[in-house]
Amino acid sequence: MTTPAPAIDIQDLRLAYGRREVLHGISFQVPRHAIFGIIGPAQSGKTSLLRCLNRTIDFTAGATTSGTVRVEGADVRSMRNVYELRRRIGMVAPLPVGLPLSVYDNVAFAPRAAGVRSKSELDGLVETCLRQAALWDEVRDRLDSLGTRLSGGQQQRLTIARALSHRPEILCLDEFSIAIDPVTTMRIEDVLKELCRSMTIVLVTNLTQQARRLADRTMFLWNGEVVETGPTEVLFGESPRDPRTRDYVRGVFG
Amino acid sequence: MAERRNGMEMVAEKAIELLIRICGISAIVFVFGIFFFVFREGAPALAKIDLGEFLTGGKWIPTSHQPRYGVGALIVGTLSVTAVAMAIAVPFGLGAAVFVSEFCGRRTRETLKIVIELLAAIPSVVWGFIGLSVMSPLLIHGFHVPVGVNLFNGAILLALMSVPIMVSIGEDALKAVPDSYREAALALGATRWQTVWRVLVPAARNGLLAAVLLGVGRAIGETMAVLMATGHSIRIPETLFDPVCTLTATIAAELGETSKGSTHYQVLFLIGVLLFSITFVVNLAADLVVKGIRKR
Amino acid sequence: MFTATPQVRRKARTEAAARTFFALMAAAMVVPLLAIVGYVVYRGWPVLSWTFLTTNPTHGGTQGGIWSALVGTIYVVFLSLAISAPIGVLAAVYLNEYAKDTWFTRVVNLAVVNLAGVPSIVHGLFGVGAFVYFLNVNGGKKSILAAALTLAVMTLPVIVASTKEALASVPVAFREACWNVGATRWQTIRRIVLPNSISGILTGVILQVSRTAGETAPVMLTGVTTWKMIEQTGLFLYHPITDQCMALSMHLYYIQTQASGAPKALPFAIAAVLIGAVLVVNAASIAVRVALRSRRKW
Repeated sequence: MTTPAPAIDIQDLRLAYGRREVLHGISFQVPRHAIFGIIGPAQSGKTSLLRCLNRTIDFTAGATTSGTVRVEGADVRSMRNVYELRRRIGMVAPLPVGLPLSVYDNVAFAPRAAGVRSKSELDGLVETCLRQAALWDEVRDRLDSLGTRLSGGQQQRLTIARALSHRPEILCLDEFSIAIDPVTTMRIEDVLKELCRSMTIVLVTNLTQQARRLADRTMFLWNGEVVETGPTEVLFGESPRDPRTRDYVRGVFG
Repeated sequence: MAERRNGMEMVAEKAIELLIRICGISAIVFVFGIFFFVFREGAPALAKIDLGEFLTGGKWIPTSHQPRYGVGALIVGTLSVTAVAMAIAVPFGLGAAVFVSEFCGRRTRETLKIVIELLAAIPSVVWGFIGLSVMSPLLIHGFHVPVGVNLFNGAILLALMSVPIMVSIGEDALKAVPDSYREAALALGATRWQTVWRVLVPAARNGLLAAVLLGVGRAIGETMAVLMATGHSIRIPETLFDPVCTLTATIAAELGETSKGSTHYQVLFLIGVLLFSITFVVNLAADLVVKGIRKR
Repeated sequence: MFTATPQVRRKARTEAAARTFFALMAAAMVVPLLAIVGYVVYRGWPVLSWTFLTTNPTHGGTQGGIWSALVGTIYVVFLSLAISAPIGVLAAVYLNEYAKDTWFTRVVNLAVVNLAGVPSIVHGLFGVGAFVYFLNVNGGKKSILAAALTLAVMTLPVIVASTKEALASVPVAFREACWNVGATRWQTIRRIVLPNSISGILTGVILQVSRTAGETAPVMLTGVTTWKMIEQTGLFLYHPITDQCMALSMHLYYIQTQASGAPKALPFAIAAVLIGAVLVVNAASIAVRVALRSRRKW
């Protein structure tokens, strides 16, 4: 039996802001159509890692990278059309960001930017994405109201809908539950379980229990280094390979 | 989702980026061009006159057979008008800044800000006109002086003209002081007067200094008001009511009379270089002082 | 029970005194403004009329109306802003959205901040050196275009600074959200950044209308003349490249200091028109700010 090619394949990735190196040569693979958890304390380089993935790191002055980053087989660091790359990766930021546009335009933003003009096609996309993000029922009657006026939990689901609107193959969520209440968090977690049947999900979180609930495989990132990668039940089990992992998931430090 | 943008759109995108870059760079070129072109016209005079005499000489007789080009009296004129203007404007400007930021309600503040904006917007030629037609007779009657267009007249106008910038920058500086300072002082039983004097002013020191410096820069560079209201007579003033002449007013009054390339013409451009340098240093100092606050 | 000790009463008194003291300082700003505007309008009133605005001056500017000077001011103001507003706004977009934080952009930002404080007369000298003689806009003579270019360079740093401030008020998170879904920089700027900073940008540009309309020193060196006999009315009185024009600010200076035989009310009336124009423009900028602030989207 052949193992299918991984959705994301990272080898020896280093990232520095000026002289300060924040990722010290990390390597890992993310299997396709599964939820991949990345856990680790604040400042361990999780967000920076995601920004290397969709090359928004380019916007940071003084950031330099080395190593190999492959997304669906394509080498990210030498890619010329970064917009195409960013459309293949949906990205959800820690704080919910409703763009100052209507709910409809928020979701239709990315398709329009990519050149979709047909009204019926946009209508369909907006409804599908809002349904997938479990927001449709709450906003179907007020698609014209401003995205910034929704509640925090609604805005975070709107962000997810927007990230789905360009039909990505990979969805990355960066501590999505930081600003929303537990009930909404549970709803979104259900959404993610549904979504991972059709796409690869990378879930960055500093809530270790969230990774435990959702992830098929989990990676523990600490101070810019990979401590351990493996099946979630191993990392959270009695005997992970590295003692630091056990200490962290049991809340001894972090 | 597949890329659907056609080639034309990507080309348009690149074209817009290019246009924005060109505008950014052309603005930079303009900005650096100012010093270059003023210096270019004035530089040949450096070969014809003595720089030491130019800066310190008291005699400015550009049109005689044996012309003398000393701007010492003009520098004294500019400095004296500016100094008197600041002596009036600093207490009022900073006092008003304190009032706007600490003592008045929201509605009064909004109204005062509009007044400040309008005061700042009144053209300098209108101020000069007011100095000439309103202030001058008032001074003659009020102080029994023979000439109403003099140092004091110009200084009052410059004070009124530089107060707005002091108020707005000074208010920003006071607002930047954290509320916890005010609350702490008031909780210790200090009156608001003590809070302002012992806590806010020391805490906002740099910003208030920057406000004063920007006011100084404004006063040094002002042209039409001083041209019309200071009497435009080249001499070292002895009293507050002597007419004086400033660097700026001399350029405005005399450039039209000169021919391109003459020594007089070139020396006027040298005065421009001097003014540029003075105001640049003053503004740079204000900018650095403000940056200092942000860093802390 | 609370009783006022002498100490408390003294405190209350100093408190009230302080308030009054600072209020007087502020009043020292308001009173001259009102007094000046009131007095100027009062003295100019006998001459002020619709005909005064719309007829040309005669007899060396000492008789008649101010139409040709008004039109000259309009030419110079709009020509200069037509140059400086687009360049200034796009330059600010470049500095705020495209330029990376290098020593070069830091120097540029510093220069922009400081050039806003360069005296207008120095800008006038620059205009003479750069536009009248070097670019030779009108064969070594003054011209409306040279004056407009001079004012454009003068207003450029201010427009760049106010536009940058408006752009910076749009949260970075919005930009990142757009980039994350594959929008290009320009799409992000056009659909999100510009629509949400337009009120600040407009306010900054409008305020430059009143600043340029009042400028005298730089334009009198580069393109504005004291007197020009013009018979026809309408808006097309000058050729922008080959003509010099009259302007309201210069007209006021000339009538007050050099012309003789003008009625006493004439300069007051010109000053009143200038002040009126400034008030209208500033009111417009406040209106734009208020109208667009009420539509804030976050």
